[in-house]
Amino acid sequence: MDVHKQPHPDLPPPATSVGVVGWLRKNLFSSPLNTVLTFVALYLIYITLVPAFQWAFINADWVGDSREACDSGGACWVFVAVRFDQFMYGFYPEAEYWRINLAFGLLIALMVPLFMEKFPRKGMLIAFNLIVYPVIAYYLFSGGAFGLAHVETSRWGGLTLTLILAGVGIVAALPIGIVLALGRRSSMPIVRAVSVVFIEFWRGVPLITVLFMSSVMLPLFLPEGTHFDKLLRAMIGIVMFQSAYMAEVVRGGLQAIPKGQYEAAQALGLSYWKTMGLIILPQALKLVIPGIVNTFIALFKDTTLVLIIGLFDLLATIQSAFSDPNWLGFSIEGYVFAAAVFWVFCFSMSRYSQALERKLHTGHAR
Amino acid sequence: MNSAAGDMDAFVQPHFLKNLILTSTRGNNRTMKKIVLATSALAFCAAVSTTAFAGATLDAVKKKGFLQCGVTTGLPGFSSPDDKGNWTGLDVDTCRAVAAAVFGDAQKVKFTPLTAKERFTALQSGEIDILSRNTTWTLTRDSSLGLNFAGVNYYDGQGFLVSKNLGVKSALELDGASFCIQAGTTTELNLADYFRANKMAYTPITFDTSDETSKAFDAGRCDALTSDQSQLYALRIKLKNPDGAMVLPEVISKEPLGPVVRQGDDEWFNIVRWTLFAMLNAEEYGVTSENVDKMAASSKDPNILRLLGQSGIKGQGLQLSDTWAASIIKQVGNYGEMFERNVGQGSALKISRGLNALWSKGGIQYGPPVR
Repeated sequence: MDVHKQPHPDLPPPATSVGVVGWLRKNLFSSPLNTVLTFVALYLIYITLVPAFQWAFINADWVGDSREACDSGGACWVFVAVRFDQFMYGFYPEAEYWRINLAFGLLIALMVPLFMEKFPRKGMLIAFNLIVYPVIAYYLFSGGAFGLAHVETSRWGGLTLTLILAGVGIVAALPIGIVLALGRRSSMPIVRAVSVVFIEFWRGVPLITVLFMSSVMLPLFLPEGTHFDKLLRAMIGIVMFQSAYMAEVVRGGLQAIPKGQYEAAQALGLSYWKTMGLIILPQALKLVIPGIVNTFIALFKDTTLVLIIGLFDLLATIQSAFSDPNWLGFSIEGYVFAAAVFWVFCFSMSRYSQALERKLHTGHAR
Repeated sequence: MNSAAGDMDAFVQPHFLKNLILTSTRGNNRTMKKIVLATSALAFCAAVSTTAFAGATLDAVKKKGFLQCGVTTGLPGFSSPDDKGNWTGLDVDTCRAVAAAVFGDAQKVKFTPLTAKERFTALQSGEIDILSRNTTWTLTRDSSLGLNFAGVNYYDGQGFLVSKNLGVKSALELDGASFCIQAGTTTELNLADYFRANKMAYTPITFDTSDETSKAFDAGRCDALTSDQSQLYALRIKLKNPDGAMVLPEVISKEPLGPVVRQGDDEWFNIVRWTLFAMLNAEEYGVTSENVDKMAASSKDPNILRLLGQSGIKGQGLQLSDTWAASIIKQVGNYGEMFERNVGQGSALKISRGLNALWSKGGIQYGPPVR
């Protein structure tokens, strides 16, 4: 008797279950219900995306310098093109635009080495970015020294102002938040009480009331004739508010570190600050990257609230532009442009945080 | 700060606080009283450490070299930034005119865009010297905020926008019409009152926002739309077919808009008030930005010569230069020029003069005589 020693080789899978056809069958047409849903979804995409695409691209007007150029029935991007400089720089004097460009260019040039793997002396560069750069940027934006003309903060606006508010908020809120989180977990009663009160107070009020207080009520308490810059007031409000949120995010990370880590650090004879700086915080912060970036993205979008106190961030600049009698009725184009700009920034932040998580992934993910 | 003020003046409260306290003692609401007193006490402590304003806005403005003017963050025809970022509009030009009167240079003015909620605080706290922000002159505001309305640069009021297909020429023909209205606004109440008073019926169709209201009108869901007239003209431009709609001549509510200054500084109040009057007088006598120099040199009309500082009291009473009015007219224009350029036929809005015509031409704009 002939006995097969070897198992029969596997038959190839049926042609309908592999490749494109297989993927379609498995994901889109696996049952009558799914088939119906697929067609409904395709129809919805067809009736929404096609007109939107036609409006935004095919029927759109791109060149010109007045509303007369917009006659093809689609989007009037001429409006955005004519006002582009204003949307970017606000009411900053045109001759001084280079100062804003230089400040942001310099920031990018200083940040790029930080993302390179093998750049030497990163610590020095970080210190430079955090301590020296803000001073340079301040003088570039504000002027009044080194032969640069003074530009009042009331003329700052557009995307520049949005980035300044968000940048200051992010850079200042993280360290203050870390200190508050440590303070809240401290064993010293006064430090703990102060931290708890601060965090709970600022988390308990909406940002919009903070901004209102800073712009409407605060001037009444100040002596007449003393003016505390409105932008600075708003900035302080935003930093206070965001650092309270940041503190809670960081505290979440601190609580996730097993007690053994603290005990091991103590057993090695490390001081409190060394324990925190070398053992606890590096692990805790890594755990809460998604939460931190989430707060940053929320902060970036929250900066648009300053428009209710008459500061002209990107959104407010766009809104004021369509109150120009010559450009009435192009609000949709303006809002679409604003949404696109915000999306680009928020999506980049989100992608960067995901990349950072992957890079720092050293086996803690469960 | 006024350096001439003595030590005693250091204890003078800012005038707006006096008013806050006065209102609070008159009011019945005890909580409000407490809040106001607490606020005043705090602000008073702050005020003690410095000298209060002593009716010296003109000196302060001259010292800093420019006028700080509060405007809206964007309202078509009244104040909005143009393509180059320069503020333009009727309210903006009113400030430029004051700057021209004070400095002889209409460019010496800086604008602070303000939201409706912060506008009065900004003026009370001294952040701005003049508020020219589409603000309606009412008894409450004039009497309880420590502010004074210096005049009216635009008589606004609720009006009607109708489709031309309707074929009506007057609001009185609107019996039985359907109205798109924004729910919960004063315009809704005014409309009801007007129709009741004229024994007419209407069908209201209410919406939550002004955008929805105008979209519904555009889609033909109602015959008419009601809002402040200055807004109607702006809404009309946004329609798919602006020429298919028209604004009816009737105005059913009073919304006098004008520049506001702090109470208690009469000199400054006079300057702002007479800036407006000078522009009205200039229009009445036919003085324009183009012919003002020629008029000053060769006119025989005593009214014009007094207005342009060639005879009479000149700039003395207002503590301004003799050519204060001439500078206004030269650099900003007379009232008619300012109106047409910003909201009238020279602008996209094309608002007709209506109530804002001179008294001699069927309107109610009236400048007291310069003599």
